Amino acid sequence: MLRLENIAKTFNPGTPDAKRAIGGLTLHVRKGDFISIIGANGAGKSTLFNAICGSFPVDSGRIVLDGQDVTMQPEHKRAKVIGRLFQDPMRGSAPNMSIEENLVLAAGSGGWLSRASRKERQALRDKLALLDMGLEDRMKQPVGLLSGGQRQALTLMMATLSMPKLLLLDEHTAALDPGTAEKVLNLTTRIVEENCLTCLMITHNMQSALDFGNRTLMMDQGSIVFDTEGDARAALTVDDLLEKFRQASGKKLDNDRMLLTK
Amino acid sequence: MSLSAILGLGQTALELALFNSLTVLALFLSYTMLNVCDLSTDGCYALGAAVGAVVAIAGHPWLSIPAAMAAGMLSGLVTAVLQTRMGVNSLLAGIIVNTGLYSVNIWIMGGSSLLNMNKTETVFTQLKAVLKDTPLAGSYALIIGLIAVAAVILFQSAFLRTKLGLAIRATGDNPDMVRSSSIDPVFTTTVGLCISNSFTALSGCLLAQSQKSTTVDIGSGMVTVALASLLIGNVFLGRKSIPVRAVGAVLGAFVFRLVYTIALRFNLPAFMLKLISSIIVVIAISGPYLRSQWPLIKRRFGKAGA
Repeated sequence: MLRLENIAKTFNPGTPDAKRAIGGLTLHVRKGDFISIIGANGAGKSTLFNAICGSFPVDSGRIVLDGQDVTMQPEHKRAKVIGRLFQDPMRGSAPNMSIEENLVLAAGSGGWLSRASRKERQALRDKLALLDMGLEDRMKQPVGLLSGGQRQALTLMMATLSMPKLLLLDEHTAALDPGTAEKVLNLTTRIVEENCLTCLMITHNMQSALDFGNRTLMMDQGSIVFDTEGDARAALTVDDLLEKFRQASGKKLDNDRMLLTK
Repeated sequence: MSLSAILGLGQTALELALFNSLTVLALFLSYTMLNVCDLSTDGCYALGAAVGAVVAIAGHPWLSIPAAMAAGMLSGLVTAVLQTRMGVNSLLAGIIVNTGLYSVNIWIMGGSSLLNMNKTETVFTQLKAVLKDTPLAGSYALIIGLIAVAAVILFQSAFLRTKLGLAIRATGDNPDMVRSSSIDPVFTTTVGLCISNSFTALSGCLLAQSQKSTTVDIGSGMVTVALASLLIGNVFLGRKSIPVRAVGAVLGAFVFRLVYTIALRFNLPAFMLKLISSIIVVIAISGPYLRSQWPLIKRRFGKAGA
């Protein structure tokens, strides 16, 4: 499904600020995988997502998505098959456009000059009703009026409308209050399972990293230091994960945020 | 002043407002929707006037309109390419194109900075001939203005609902979102600027033909005038649906023209127009800002006083 072959990225190369964000990372994601990714700040998790999406070209290595080499493809072309959510709920939707307009744009069916038919709009409304947030009765309201949780749920809906081959979630519940975060997280699993999506999810919550998905990666200094799935993963506890991190990176996990939310 | 004189003055003001409201509608697309302040507007307005005049003088009054719009589109394309593909800041791209257009416009007008269309067949003289001996004989300019404005509003209302139109609005509303979606912001910005500049050029073309002459300076200050009109319209109908907001933009052009006409009645010299438009833009933009800052200002002032 997704193959990263020895990709590397250094920011500000050749200057004193040079920072190797990803160094020789290889990863093979199977179709239908739901992978959770953990790691301290600056481990290269978001950079990995940026590389997959094409926010910048990688310095070396190859990225193969669904059998197609996309290493040099521009971001907007790859975005056709990749859905992405950010931590900031404001990033994924246009605040001055209505909920309906945002959905129509995300659904992306038809040519440039096509307009959404009454039937298509009704279908979008029905889908939105599945979120169970009452948003379907506010279709004409600007998105800017929604709360962060509602907006993130809407973004999730928008990102999965066009059935992406790959869904990338970058701490998408971190900016929400615990109750809403749980709701959005459950919604995520439901949508991923219903649509059999392949999904990578960055999280700072060790427990949800183990609870959700079928495989867990741990990153440190731009590479994957621990990769677990199946029975071995099922037997893991948060304390085991912390211990693994200490072994793999030779240091204690000194990320307060991660420790506090274990 | 006789009644007919007042009516005549009103009609001329109305016609001018209609022609210029096309530029306001252009900015409605580029400034309000795409969030690009297109500073090539002045030059593009004069470009439309020059191309329209040259084509009309060559004996093709009806061809002058598509020709002017095509020229405007080309100018918009250059502005768009500069800011999306060549790393030029978007304001600077407008200024550069605007400066370049000054020479281009004089070149189009055959090396002269003034073109006279006194004896030229224009869309106005043609319609005037058609309407001769009908009750509408005196309103030919008004009719052309109304048709053009209605056509542009209808086009925009329909266009901004298409997928491309929504994509253009999203590009202006949340660039972050567009960058990580399958929309190419380079494409949407380019299309948006091409369309908006074609309206600006149409606006200049019609004004020049209605006053039977054009100069290279015909568009000078146009961007501020149009922005003032746009922001006035926003005050009335800023939070409504797209077609209503487009009508609001035209309404803004009328109100601006009205303010201007009243100012002239009070013996304000005509050259004050541009200062008035600048002041209106400042009030319209900084008014809401200052109002939001007002509690802070009051607190600081209160503290100093206590």
